[in-house]
Amino acid sequence: MNREEIILAIKDIIQTIAPDEDLSELKTDVRLRDQIELDSMDFLDIVMELRKRYGVQVPEEDYKELATLDGCVAYLAPHMQGKTLKVGV
Amino acid sequence: MVVVGSGLAGLTGAVVLARAGRKVLLVEQHYNLGGLATWFKRRGGHVFDVSLHGFPAGMKKTCRKYWSKEIADSIVRLDGIRFDNPQFRFDTEFTREDFVAKLQSVFGVEPAAIERFFAELARMDFYSDSGETVGELFERHFPGRNDVHRLLLEPISYANGSHLSDPAIAYGIVFGNFMASGVYTFSGGTDKLVKSMKAELERLGVHIRNRVQVDRILVERGRVRGVEAHGRVIACGAVLSNANLKATVERLVGREHFTSEYAESVAKVRLNNSSCQVYMGLREGESIPFVTDLLFTSTASRFDSLELCEMDTSSRTFSFYYPKTRPGLERYAIVASTNAHWSDWNLLSPAEYESRKALLVERTLESVEHYVPGVRGKIEHVEAATPRTFEFYVQSPEGTSFGTKFEGLKPSMTLHEQVRGLFHAGSVGIIMSGWLGAANYGVIAANKVDAWLHSLVEVEA
Repeated sequence: MNREEIILAIKDIIQTIAPDEDLSELKTDVRLRDQIELDSMDFLDIVMELRKRYGVQVPEEDYKELATLDGCVAYLAPHMQGKTLKVGV
Repeated sequence: MVVVGSGLAGLTGAVVLARAGRKVLLVEQHYNLGGLATWFKRRGGHVFDVSLHGFPAGMKKTCRKYWSKEIADSIVRLDGIRFDNPQFRFDTEFTREDFVAKLQSVFGVEPAAIERFFAELARMDFYSDSGETVGELFERHFPGRNDVHRLLLEPISYANGSHLSDPAIAYGIVFGNFMASGVYTFSGGTDKLVKSMKAELERLGVHIRNRVQVDRILVERGRVRGVEAHGRVIACGAVLSNANLKATVERLVGREHFTSEYAESVAKVRLNNSSCQVYMGLREGESIPFVTDLLFTSTASRFDSLELCEMDTSSRTFSFYYPKTRPGLERYAIVASTNAHWSDWNLLSPAEYESRKALLVERTLESVEHYVPGVRGKIEHVEAATPRTFEFYVQSPEGTSFGTKFEGLKPSMTLHEQVRGLFHAGSVGIIMSGWLGAANYGVIAANKVDAWLHSLVEVEA
């Protein structure tokens, strides 16, 4: 998966967790929490969905790496290699 | 994997794991699901909710995410919440804005002091615990203002057993969730809620078995192997225990499977207090005018966490159930709840026990008559539950209705480091108690279970 696909993958997961949020204007270098209403339970949901959809296991100590979309790309890129994008599941 | 116990944490853990694609067996010793989030019926068409008295707004989001839109959409806001005690008496919206307004207009607290208090609560970080107690926190912000302390803690005491001696950090987190944007309930009653949850679990393929008493959680070489019930062994790769933490470690698993340091830490965990309740059902065709939904009443001149638990406490909540609770059913009921100690009730002789229960009922009727004149004559069914009742039906040690004190959180969160594949979700500390805390803790634990099961597959592959 390339950068754009990883961002799409994360946005699609966030959209299922927060169906009412508009994600079209999300900046990649600003903390997600500062742009949309996401609490710690929501981040847990992102982690669970990553495991379910892509088999990616994010250990608790690495949750902080997912704070921004850029952070997600940097952290997830090696784990998402060769994986197929799954959206709207 | 097996979930032992169907309290809200067990139920919600089960639904999250089922959605993650796990094969889930949910076992519950009682014939109903829900743990303390339950209901019962009595002759005459009476339906009583045991703990559906109010939960925070966040429950709506939690139900929307982990259960269903239908369940979330049935969550409605209570119309009225009232305090009535010798220090103050008013109706409240139960929002942060209204508490700020009341602190100024009724209590005469300076706006700056209120601002400082809320700012400190907002800054509280779970990982930087100063060791301060709730009582000390209150005293620092509102010195000598027992009435303010009462306002800030009494509702939470009924919701999750909080005391002035509990850690301030736990209070800060709960207060932010609970006393912020109103109190909510479930339209249709606990029966509709739990039945909807059961239907959703079944739809997702969860196997549910009621009346199954798990005798042991089986452990071999530091790893969970299965559960034993009715002499049968059910093998599994993971167990999520929604039994009380101490019961899980000491009764279901056995101390010998833990490091002595861990077993000691669990032995030192204090149980939270229990409750008494008085259920009053009005005769069919009888009605009462709208008083309020939730009434925090007391005749104690000062607020004191210990007084709240005394056997003859006058501090109780009344939950009024009008036809709006179960639309279509034109019935009225009132449930009174008090906090209580197991030690006050468990040693009574059968005769003493009956007379203490009768006294509890009588005092409660006197109190409710004060708010709803003439209601006594309309009440057809009345009965009391005590810590012994809760112990009997829920099997929590000493009938605790709020799990353990705060120190139970760490051993609960680290149980899987002791026995691989074994996880706990249940009331530990006031953060993980109550409707919202229990449900969310089920999700947190389910994430760990899912990660563990995921790692098993990776190793095998």
